[in-house]
Amino acid sequence: MSGSNQKPKSDITTMSSAEYQTIAKKHEPPRAVLKNCLRAFLVGGLICLIGQCIQRFFMSVFDMSTTEASNPTVAVLIILSVILTSFGVYDKIAQWAGAGSAVPVTGFANSMCSAALEHRAEGLVLGVGASMFKLAGSVIVFGTVAAFIIGIIYAIFGIEGR
Amino acid sequence: MKVIGQTWQFENKPVIIGTGTIVGPEEGEGPLANDFDYVYDNIEINEKTWEKAERKLLEDASRKAVEKAGIKEDQLQFFVGGDLMNQIISSSFAARQMGVPYIGVFGACSTSMESLALASMLVDSGGAQYVMAGTASHNCTVEKQFRYPTEYGSQKPPYAQYTITGAGCSVVSDKGDGPAVTYATIGKVVDLGIKDPFNMGAAMAPAAADTITKHFKDTGRQAKDYDLIVTGDLASVGLPIAKDLLQQNDVIMDGTVFADCGLMIYDMEKQKYVNAGGSGCGCSAVVTYGHILKRMRKGELKKVLVVATGALLSPLSYQQGESIPCIAHAVALEMGG
Repeated sequence: MSGSNQKPKSDITTMSSAEYQTIAKKHEPPRAVLKNCLRAFLVGGLICLIGQCIQRFFMSVFDMSTTEASNPTVAVLIILSVILTSFGVYDKIAQWAGAGSAVPVTGFANSMCSAALEHRAEGLVLGVGASMFKLAGSVIVFGTVAAFIIGIIYAIFGIEGR
Repeated sequence: MKVIGQTWQFENKPVIIGTGTIVGPEEGEGPLANDFDYVYDNIEINEKTWEKAERKLLEDASRKAVEKAGIKEDQLQFFVGGDLMNQIISSSFAARQMGVPYIGVFGACSTSMESLALASMLVDSGGAQYVMAGTASHNCTVEKQFRYPTEYGSQKPPYAQYTITGAGCSVVSDKGDGPAVTYATIGKVVDLGIKDPFNMGAAMAPAAADTITKHFKDTGRQAKDYDLIVTGDLASVGLPIAKDLLQQNDVIMDGTVFADCGLMIYDMEKQKYVNAGGSGCGCSAVVTYGHILKRMRKGELKKVLVVATGALLSPLSYQQGESIPCIAHAVALEMGG
């Protein structure tokens, strides 16, 4: 057997992690940060613009105040997001838009709707019920924690909310 | 059977007498569509759950392989199979339907060649006359188990790979017509510290390079002895890394075609959503059993080395911050001799 006693210069398995990371990094295509920011700005802005139009609609047609119109506006955006998720469109938009479609309320609705759809196969209780907040849960938990901390700061420094 | 280092040499040359390859609609849009036995036109594979869909693919592929081997299902003596699901449910449930003694294996995406190597060893050592090797993957089962719900809108990085929907099975026998399995090199687990579960190509490349190096060392062969060496699946990020590592190790890869199953199955220009390329247990299985063996039977290829790579992580292990251990198994296929 020719070559069987040829000893390789270095053994791949004993290469240091740091040494390998530099080789791997060289071939890793960079994330297009600038392009992603621009797209996020455009899509996120567009979603907010749509929200604004819906709010104006409620204000002018149903004679609501800005505060009164905000709840139905959010509800409409959630419904739109759930419809787009159910038709399998939202994830395609998200691949293009990145944070632009993830950050607004539509992204939150998408995270709950997609989890509910995915785990429907495991039943209503163990599937939909238990898994619906799989992704949205951490938003709620840390949102509540953040609100609690801010509340304490308000209380300590005597800044009164309205 | 001889054992040289990490390599089994199959002296009785077990033959792949029949194969079955079934894929989903996205793989049907790729350039290899005509090489597969059946292309489903819906990602649900006419089933109610993703898990059932994956199992159905494997059941279909196994039936097709038995049919094309020209034997009856009860002639099969063993089924060696595995998949990516927790507790390898797709293979085990498909085996329930097949009613054949079953050896369940897990090697993540390397399962295709791990099962073929084991099946060939069983046949070569006289342990059986007809053994089936097979594996399957489904894009949505893998997304659901390893990543996010399929409809969740998260942006994937450009180096992410796309799990293919498909199943590939082969029937290995001690005699018959078809490509022979001559060597199998069983890989070691290699982990060079990649932690990003999206960066599979970079995680698995060292395992592939190591197994290829060991294969050449054990068999005394060189790259130019093969008409084609394919990895499965390093995709567009991992393959160049593997080439770099081999070059660093003084392994000359000239005189052969060094390709990757994950880059062959999709049209990389048109199917942009696959990012860096295909992956999954099914990928190297359907490309090998569908496309490569077809070319071998036509006489276009004589000797081929298939190096299937697997990332042995679990959703828990990466959430706990562990790096990704990887493995690669190589199987040499030869036509006409």
